Amino acid sequence: MHEMSLAVNIVELVSTKAKAVGGQRVTSVELEAGKLSGVMIEALLFCFEAASRDTPAEGARLEIREVEGCGRCLDCGHSFALDSLLAQCPQCGGYAVDAVQGRELKVLSLTVDE
Amino acid sequence: MCDSCNCSQPENGVTIKSPGRQAMSGSGSAGRHHSHQDLPREGRLVEVREAVLGKNDGIAAHNREFFRERRIVAFNLVSSPGSGKTTILERTIRELHQVIPIAVIEGDQQTMLDAERIDATGVPVVQVNTGAGCHLDADMVHQALHQLEPAEDSLLFIENVGNLVCPAMFDLGEAAKVVIISVTEGEDKPLKYPAMFDAASLCLINKTDLLPHVDFDVARCREYGLRVNHRLEFFEISARSGEGMSGWLDWLRRQL
Repeated sequence: MHEMSLAVNIVELVSTKAKAVGGQRVTSVELEAGKLSGVMIEALLFCFEAASRDTPAEGARLEIREVEGCGRCLDCGHSFALDSLLAQCPQCGGYAVDAVQGRELKVLSLTVDE
Repeated sequence: MCDSCNCSQPENGVTIKSPGRQAMSGSGSAGRHHSHQDLPREGRLVEVREAVLGKNDGIAAHNREFFRERRIVAFNLVSSPGSGKTTILERTIRELHQVIPIAVIEGDQQTMLDAERIDATGVPVVQVNTGAGCHLDADMVHQALHQLEPAEDSLLFIENVGNLVCPAMFDLGEAAKVVIISVTEGEDKPLKYPAMFDAASLCLINKTDLLPHVDFDVARCREYGLRVNHRLEFFEISARSGEGMSGWLDWLRRQL
């Protein structure tokens, strides 16, 4: 259940940011999560609610922007959509694929009540 | 260990102990003074664009710098519970500690049992008990290093909490992750838990002495592992009998 650790990290990050701009309360958090980042969105939402209790982020809405995975075949150079780390190149059938997009896990922005 | 940070307290609920020594226990949020964040612009919408694990990654970079300065090569051992990580360490230490100094950080939710086993081999060890935590993070390792003070020009093994999911995401500052799978677990583990096999550089297939008694298909396990991570290297070993250990030990020597 690493989503709890992630949620605690998000709450810490946004609370610090909110405080830095003189915000009293975080009302929403925009998060970018790649489909290959290893995060279960439902678990993260659940954990965020628990982790934000008694912090400036309590009650904040967590908006998650999912980023599609993209792979590149090292054998034939083909680029294609990747929905898991178990990737087979649809063009040549090779498994030597590097994920070039989809591992992102980033807080993009937040909104605060002044 | 690091004059720059002066931190001394581990995270809440985490304890770090050497066999026969007092525990350090957490009462604060260590690592927060590692943040050197710029003030975002004023306003209702605050742009951030920072990695969720940015704090962990910063501390991991700090650990990595510590290792580099002291020429310490650190490995993060990850696996399911019961794959034989500690037994592999015991035999590895017996084979190598005359050649190179070795130190160990043990990670478990509870107990000093693994640290006591490593302590019996005679090398320095500290136990991190994560409490409810399902993985080690870079700050726990940072705190453990304060207590362990590993020798220069040495080898450091970090035995992570037995868990084939969560430790994959947390960089500890190691040179490489070594994933261990035992032949009693089933060869499909790389397909079921791809993130860990993707994050690892080396896979040890352990307990090969039991192969005559189980249906584990070694060739298929390797094939599945390579599907997830085409750079993954493998050694088949039995930490119990010693069979195959030379490949792993030679690999370690090549990393120094």
